[in-house]
Amino acid sequence: MSRILIIAEHDGQALNPATAKTLSGALKMGISNIDLVVFAADPSAVAPSAAALAGVSRVLTIAHDDFAHPLAARLAPEVAALAGDYSHVLAPSTTFGKDLLPRAAALMGVNQVSDIMEVIDERTFKRPIYAGNAIVTVRVPDGGPVVATIRTASFAAAEEGGSASIEERSPQASNPGHTRFVKVEGSDGEGPDLSSADVVVSGGRALGSSDNFAIIYSLAKKMGAAVGASRAAVDAGYVPNELQVGQTGKIIAPDLYFAIGISGAIQHLTGIKDAGTIVAINKDPEAPIFEIADLGLVGDLFELVPELENAV
Amino acid sequence: MKILVALKRVVDYNVRVRVKSDGTGVETDGVKMSINPFDEIALEEALRIKERGEAEEVIVCSIGSNDVQQQLRTGLAMGADRAIHVETEVATQPLTAARVFMKLIERESPGIVFLGKQAIDDDCNQTGQMLAALWDRPQATFASKVELADGKATVAREVDAGLETIEIDLPAVMTSDLRLNEPRFVKLPDIMKAKRKPLDTVAIGDLGIETAADIESVSFEPPPKRGGGKMVGSVAELVGELKNKGLL
Repeated sequence: MSRILIIAEHDGQALNPATAKTLSGALKMGISNIDLVVFAADPSAVAPSAAALAGVSRVLTIAHDDFAHPLAARLAPEVAALAGDYSHVLAPSTTFGKDLLPRAAALMGVNQVSDIMEVIDERTFKRPIYAGNAIVTVRVPDGGPVVATIRTASFAAAEEGGSASIEERSPQASNPGHTRFVKVEGSDGEGPDLSSADVVVSGGRALGSSDNFAIIYSLAKKMGAAVGASRAAVDAGYVPNELQVGQTGKIIAPDLYFAIGISGAIQHLTGIKDAGTIVAINKDPEAPIFEIADLGLVGDLFELVPELENAV
Repeated sequence: MKILVALKRVVDYNVRVRVKSDGTGVETDGVKMSINPFDEIALEEALRIKERGEAEEVIVCSIGSNDVQQQLRTGLAMGADRAIHVETEVATQPLTAARVFMKLIERESPGIVFLGKQAIDDDCNQTGQMLAALWDRPQATFASKVELADGKATVAREVDAGLETIEIDLPAVMTSDLRLNEPRFVKLPDIMKAKRKPLDTVAIGDLGIETAADIESVSFEPPPKRGGGKMVGSVAELVGELKNKGLL
């Protein structure tokens, strides 16, 4: 019988929105048994919100101090040990899922389907290749489990309203001891998270300097938006890499996206394809970004952005 | 210490890939092929480690038809010491590739195996992680900074939350992210020199690996197009449009 296991992503305090989006992908497979597993030092904060997601049958919690930070080398054998009971093992296609799941798949002896963007049936999926320039329909051969990551930008978060049971389980693997977490340095934590924000304001190389990026931050703050950037702006050192939107950065799907001073390289467009409305502001009327923008405005961003900030 | 670097031959970064009209694949006839850019970064890092005196030998390897020898020669021209070509006419999926590299590990006993975080053709992002699993050794994926000392590596990793630092014992697998370094340009004399460097070929069938069941590619299609939008003449008009859409 078909049964899905989803590896929950969380920070120890709250469920990452990527988990609910992965669940949405799972629900499209037409399989009613969906379990969510939470590996954590202390799952008590996260497990109830996992159990509240509509469509989850059971939440399995596995507690160990080793799980305070998700290390693939520690977690993959745990996932592989659980996987025997399941026809499908899924994780979000975030850096967490991308790091962990292939390691588990190798232990299970199967290839993985990366970045599912559409579910055709429980073994057939669409996924982007060549930086999104082509879409391939793939089918997982019979005889082995489906191990797959879900492209979170392609699925809306699953609703709440469920009441799954929560079951405690014990770790089945041990710490290999060869991999140690040291630290994580994030952005300042101001404003919404780029990966899940409803509105994103991104700046490109045309901003010209790190200081000039202040007008992007200022507009974003006024709109309650997250700040993003093109790879060119990151490469130029204007902003840190975690703000990078695109095939080599974050792939996002906000309701409203502002591309300001961004020409629109393919690799950037791949990261915003699923955005609701794209607004482009650029002084070059020939910029490729205008070919895909829903609303375009040609002009000097240093005049238009402050004007926009006053108007919203 | 030896460093083994895996190079994949892929459609060049600058080529705009097109899906064949019959949906059986993408156009690769007559298209420029190159080393996968992330693999090139991996090789550059391996060479820098060697140049700092922290490794003795850099070995590049690739899986594929005789065509991959072009990319191996480029790797040798960049500065790798020797190359291993694992010959097969069949496209290799990540788990089989990882099993091949595991065989090369058994032969070469490297201290680090370096790969790109993903190939820009299939965008799988799996092989390094799978290899680390088969080897039962640490993995440092999406690396943007690598420091070696006392048989350990401290690696900064590009994760969604920012920059994560882990410490791993060697031997280990590392996969490169974009900002790890900027690969060097190959100079003409190095291309000449590379022709004399050793390049061994081994048939995939002689490695004694079990081929993993492949995921079947049923059909290919171009991505859905976003319709072109509307140009507005002023900020006021833009704000009006956004209000009409209920976005403000």
